[in-house]
Amino acid sequence: MRLQSPLKKRLKREWDIHLMIIPGVLLLFVFNYLPMYGVVTAFQDYNLFKGFADSPWAGTKHFRMFFHSPDFWTIMRNTVIVSLLKLVFSFPAPIALALLLNEVGKAAFKRVIQTVSYLPHFLSWVIVGGFVISMLSVDNGSINILLMKLHLIDEPINWLSESNYFWGILIASNVWKDIGFASIVYLAAISGIDPHLYESASIDGANRFRQMFSITLPSIMPVIVIFMILAIGNVMNAGFEDILILTNNGVNAIVRNVSDVIDTYVYRIGIQNQRFSYAAAVGLFKSVINVLLLIGANRIARRSGQSLW
Amino acid sequence: MIKLSSGEKIFQVCVYILLILLGIVTLYPFWNAIVISFNAGADTARGDITLWPRVFTLDNYQLVFEDGRLTYAFLISVLRVLIGTTLSVSLTSMLAYGLSKTKILLFKPYMFYCIFTMFFSGGLIPSFVLNKELHLNNTFWVLIIPSLISVYNMIIFRTFFRELPDGLEESARIDGCTNIGTFVRIVIPVSGPVFATLALFTAVYHWNDWFTAAIYINKMNLLPISSILQQILNSNLATEMLATQTGGNASAIDAVGKLQTVTSKSLSMATMLVASMPIILIYPFLQKYFVKGVLVGSIKG
Repeated sequence: MRLQSPLKKRLKREWDIHLMIIPGVLLLFVFNYLPMYGVVTAFQDYNLFKGFADSPWAGTKHFRMFFHSPDFWTIMRNTVIVSLLKLVFSFPAPIALALLLNEVGKAAFKRVIQTVSYLPHFLSWVIVGGFVISMLSVDNGSINILLMKLHLIDEPINWLSESNYFWGILIASNVWKDIGFASIVYLAAISGIDPHLYESASIDGANRFRQMFSITLPSIMPVIVIFMILAIGNVMNAGFEDILILTNNGVNAIVRNVSDVIDTYVYRIGIQNQRFSYAAAVGLFKSVINVLLLIGANRIARRSGQSLW
Repeated sequence: MIKLSSGEKIFQVCVYILLILLGIVTLYPFWNAIVISFNAGADTARGDITLWPRVFTLDNYQLVFEDGRLTYAFLISVLRVLIGTTLSVSLTSMLAYGLSKTKILLFKPYMFYCIFTMFFSGGLIPSFVLNKELHLNNTFWVLIIPSLISVYNMIIFRTFFRELPDGLEESARIDGCTNIGTFVRIVIPVSGPVFATLALFTAVYHWNDWFTAAIYINKMNLLPISSILQQILNSNLATEMLATQTGGNASAIDAVGKLQTVTSKSLSMATMLVASMPIILIYPFLQKYFVKGVLVGSIKG
């Protein structure tokens, strides 16, 4: 009897493993890889009726149009600023919460606060946006009621129609929604810290507050850095659903000069105005910047000892 | 008991105060929404409704449960969650199990193939065009099929499967079980927590996702409740619903002089609460699982 070749033997053992993998691979191919090919529309004048094959070639026309359009600087500015604001406020907030929760002795209180804080994460932005709109509304918005009762303002403010307040509202909503859930990882990292470190510190005379900064924070630095790398790589993804909901699905044009970021722009121009190729070009531009940022941020972090890969 | 210095005591008090404030700020919008939903709409428009209803009414909820559109939307959402979660968790876990066998043929290419999709995607427009070409637009299935495989979830499954003791699967194999058989009969029963966590995350995603339907579907009876909710909030759908219900009379005081109990604001609040109830009721019970799931996903992934 001829010995089976190693390959045949392997396949005989593994065939149903591959069977389990194939459906996933196929689905990823259709819904993740095929659209990647779709970026070719960015270089065409895509025509719905002609499809990919027959739409005329446009080269870099759309890219040049985007870079020279009056919108370009506004959108890039908004995208970068919103991301930076999120980095400065939304990023540290869960860390601060984890540090605070770590100081709580009573387990029951800690658990209750944690459960409560996780709730907004599980709600859709429609609901969170609904709450924000309700709290800020001119008639019966709790914020306006509070401010008027404290005599800080005389008349209700129409918060969502003022450009000056938009970024603040956006960031505050983001923090409200995710601070609890995002703190889970940091809290877990903190719980992995060796208690002896704290003991020796308090023998040396450091109080809890000091310990927080000298022991807890440095010990979870690796985790913080990894997430910061990811956050920087995400700068171009400044926001989408949240901005859409807070600007009435993009209809509210009053604050558009501060609210429009790349993703909302692509949505409006591409889906609502049906300028497919142009929107695809903008989207591709964004993806490329994303990848570059991720690689760049990782390189910087690698020098300080942490790396994503 | 270690004696705390007075500085430390103040610190402790501050910590507790801050956390309690956080709890209040998190819960207040809910409470306010509940109060508004139980308050007569026209009365709310006069302001100052914060902690307790002034003119109690159940009419908002009555309208929510009676309007055909909302009932349909609720059904669509439930169907979507049930079918979408089951299919997605099954397929993703199968893929993950397969990829947990690091020694198989083509392992490295498979992994790269999957991970690459996490970093680079075609974008919104190409996906839109693709779904159109596949005739998925304006069907129920566009809500489910494109999102069936989540590479992020797959990694969480995979990490968990790899941590399972080899002995478990070895004994099944010796008994003549196929790989698929091992997966179904041994691995799945043992993996309760990770399945529960990812089922929860997937279900929450399906329940909350309003955007997919917003761009791919215009048939009103195919919209899930989150999309209807978005329309209520962002457009005049609420007013329209009121008009249909009250026979075109949407003024503050109707013909008989009774105070209008349902306005677009009070209706929005009631709908929002009904839409979020399922999640609010379920997630505390699964807290143990998803806390673990987040860790496995973030630290290992």
